[in-house]
Amino acid sequence: MTENNNAYWSANLKLIGICLAIWFVVSYGFGIILVEPLNAISLGGYKLGFWFAQQGSMYTFVALVFFYSWKIGKIDQEHGVNE
Amino acid sequence: MELQTLTYIVVGSTFALYIGIAIWARAGTTGEFYVAGKGIHPVANGMATAADWMSAASFISMAGLIAFNGYGASVFLMGWTGGYVLLAMLLAPYLRKYGKFTVPEFIGDRFYSNTARIVAVICLILASITYVIGQMKGIGVAFSRFLELSFDTGLFVGMGIVFFYAVLGGMKGITYTQIAQYCVLIFAYTVPAVFISMQLTGNPLPQLGLGSQMTEGGMSLLDKLDLTLKDIGFKEYTTAVLGGSKLNMFVYTLTLMIGTAGLPHVIIRFFTVPSVKAARYSAAWALVFISLLYTVAPAVGAMARLNLMTTIEPAAGEQLVYADRPQWFINWEKTGLLKFEDKNGDGKIQYYNDKKGAKNGAGKLMSEIAAEKGWKGNEMVKIDRDIMVLANPEIAKLPNWVIALVAAGGLAAALSTAAGLLLAIASSISHDLLKGVFMPDITEKGELMASRIAMGGAVMVAGYLGLHPPDFAAGTVAIAFGLAAASIFPALMMGIFFKKINRAGAVAGMIAGISVTMLYVFQHKGIMFVPGTSFLMEGIGMGKNWFFGISPNAFGAIGAIVNFVVAYGVSSVTAETPKEIQHMVEDIRVPVAKK
Repeated sequence: MTENNNAYWSANLKLIGICLAIWFVVSYGFGIILVEPLNAISLGGYKLGFWFAQQGSMYTFVALVFFYSWKIGKIDQEHGVNE
Repeated sequence: MELQTLTYIVVGSTFALYIGIAIWARAGTTGEFYVAGKGIHPVANGMATAADWMSAASFISMAGLIAFNGYGASVFLMGWTGGYVLLAMLLAPYLRKYGKFTVPEFIGDRFYSNTARIVAVICLILASITYVIGQMKGIGVAFSRFLELSFDTGLFVGMGIVFFYAVLGGMKGITYTQIAQYCVLIFAYTVPAVFISMQLTGNPLPQLGLGSQMTEGGMSLLDKLDLTLKDIGFKEYTTAVLGGSKLNMFVYTLTLMIGTAGLPHVIIRFFTVPSVKAARYSAAWALVFISLLYTVAPAVGAMARLNLMTTIEPAAGEQLVYADRPQWFINWEKTGLLKFEDKNGDGKIQYYNDKKGAKNGAGKLMSEIAAEKGWKGNEMVKIDRDIMVLANPEIAKLPNWVIALVAAGGLAAALSTAAGLLLAIASSISHDLLKGVFMPDITEKGELMASRIAMGGAVMVAGYLGLHPPDFAAGTVAIAFGLAAASIFPALMMGIFFKKINRAGAVAGMIAGISVTMLYVFQHKGIMFVPGTSFLMEGIGMGKNWFFGISPNAFGAIGAIVNFVVAYGVSSVTAETPKEIQHMVEDIRVPVAKK
C-alpha cells in the first residue's frame, strides 16, 4: 500500500471512530444504559431518556451519516483519491 | 362511499401504477435485472432503499409493538435506523468500489474460495427466507381485513401478487416502482398520524404531539398513557423494559443494527449507484426517508394504544358493552385476529392484566380487584399486535378514504420488501451458485430464467411457512436480522477492514456464527419454525432465554461475536492471505487510485 493510501486510510478510520463513538453514546448510552437518570429530566411532555430512545437517537443518526459523507469527501480530495 | 369499495379503488389504482411502472422499466439484461445498470441517482436510490427496507414489519407491525411494549420497543426504532450508520461507514462505499453484482460474489472473491461463496449463499437464503415469512404474515393480515377473507386465504392472494410482480421486473423495475411505493407508504403512514395527533393534542406534527399536553384533561399524553395502563395492571408505558432486562435490550438493538448492515437486499442497493460518493450519500438519504416514518411510529403506537383503551373503557370504571361495540371491532373479529370472550357473562368487556401477581398503580393486586368486581379474567383474549396500524384510523373514527389509503400503504411496504428480498435470493442462486460455481457457461437468458424460477420457489416456501409464523411480523423479521448479523455482516466487515482474515477463518466464522444463532432460535421456536419441534432443555439449565436472559430474537449479536472470534482464531493458525488479495483489499479502500 502506498504511503498516501495509508495516510488516507488512517484518516478514514479516525473519522469512523469519532462518528461511531457518537452513534454509541446517543443510542446505547442515553437510550439504554443511562435511561433512568435521564428520565428524571423532562423535555416538554417527554422524559429525556425515553426521548433519546424513540426520537433523539434517530435525528442524531441522520446528522452523523451526512456529516461522515461530507467530511470523508473532503478527506478524499486532500489525498487526491476523489472520483 | 362504502369502505370496501373505496379500498378496492385505492388499492387497485396504486397496484395499477406499480405494474405500469414495472412494465415500462422492464429489465432486458442481467445487469439491469440485478443492479439496474448502475445508473440511479443517490436521492432516488435512497428513496427506493427506504421502500425496500421498510417492510410490513415497519409499516404494519412496528407501531403495534410500540403500542404494547412502550419504551421496550425502542430497540426496533434504534436498531432499524442505527444500522444505516454502520452501512454508510463500514460497508456501502467499499462494496460499491468493488463493483460487482452480489454479496456472495464479494465474499467469494475476497476470501478466494467458492466454499466461502456457497456458505454466504446459504446464510443469505436462510436470512432472506425468514424475512419474507415476516412479510407474508403482514400481507396476510392486510388482505384478510380488506378483502374480508380469512388470514390463510389473504396470504394466498398475497403470494400470487408478490410472485407476479417481482418476477416480471427485476431490479430496474423494482427501483422505479419502489420510489412510487415509498411515496404511497409514507403518505399513508403520516396522514392518519397527523389527524390523530391533532385530535388528541392539537399539534399536527406527531413527533411533537407525542410530547404534548392532551387537549382534554390537560395532562401530557405520555403521562396519561402511563396512568391508564398502570390502572389496569400493565407496566408503565415510558419505562417498560423489553424481555425483562436492559442487557437484552442492548443486545437486541445491536443485533438489529448489524443485521441491517448485513442484509443482502439492502446492500445490493448500493451496487446500483454510479460512484463511491453516491453510495455514501445514498445511505444518508435512505436514512432520512426511513426516519420520516420511524420518528412518527412512536406517536402512532402510543396514540393507538390510548385510543384502544378509551374505546374499551370510555371513562374510569365504565366498560364498553359488547353489544354496542364499534364497527371496526366487528370487522377485525371476522379475521380472527381480535377476540372477545365474555368470561363472567355480564355482557361488558373487561380488559386488564390478569397475569399472576399483576398490580395496579396503587399497588393493589389485580386478582383482588377482579374478585371484588366479579371479573373472571381478561376478556380481550386476543389482540394481534399486527392489526394496530391498520385498525388505528378506524379506531380514531377517521374518514374512510384514510383507512383505504393505509391499506394501500401497508401493501406497498410489504410488496416492495418482498420483491427486493426475492431478487436477492434469486440473484444469489442464479448468479452465485449456477453461473459462479456450477454452470459457468450458462447464457444470460438462461441465468434470467433460473433466477425467475428461484423466485417462484422462494415465494412458495415463504408462503407455506407464513401460515404458521414464529412470531408477529416484526418478531419474525427480527430473527432474519439475527441470522444476517451473525453471518454476513462480520464476513463483509472483516473482508474490508482486516486483511489478515483468510479463507479458512471466514468460512469457519460464518458457519460458527450462523449455527449458534440458529440453534438458539430453533431451541425456542422449533426447527425451521415448525410448531412443536422446539427443544428447550430445562433440566440442564437451558430453559427459556437461558443465555444471560437474552431472547432468541436478540441473539444475532452473540452469533456475530462468535463469528469474529472464530474467524480471528482460525486465521491466526492457517496460511496467510495471498498478496494479490491483500492488494485487492487495499484497492477497495480508496475511491480511486491517486491521479
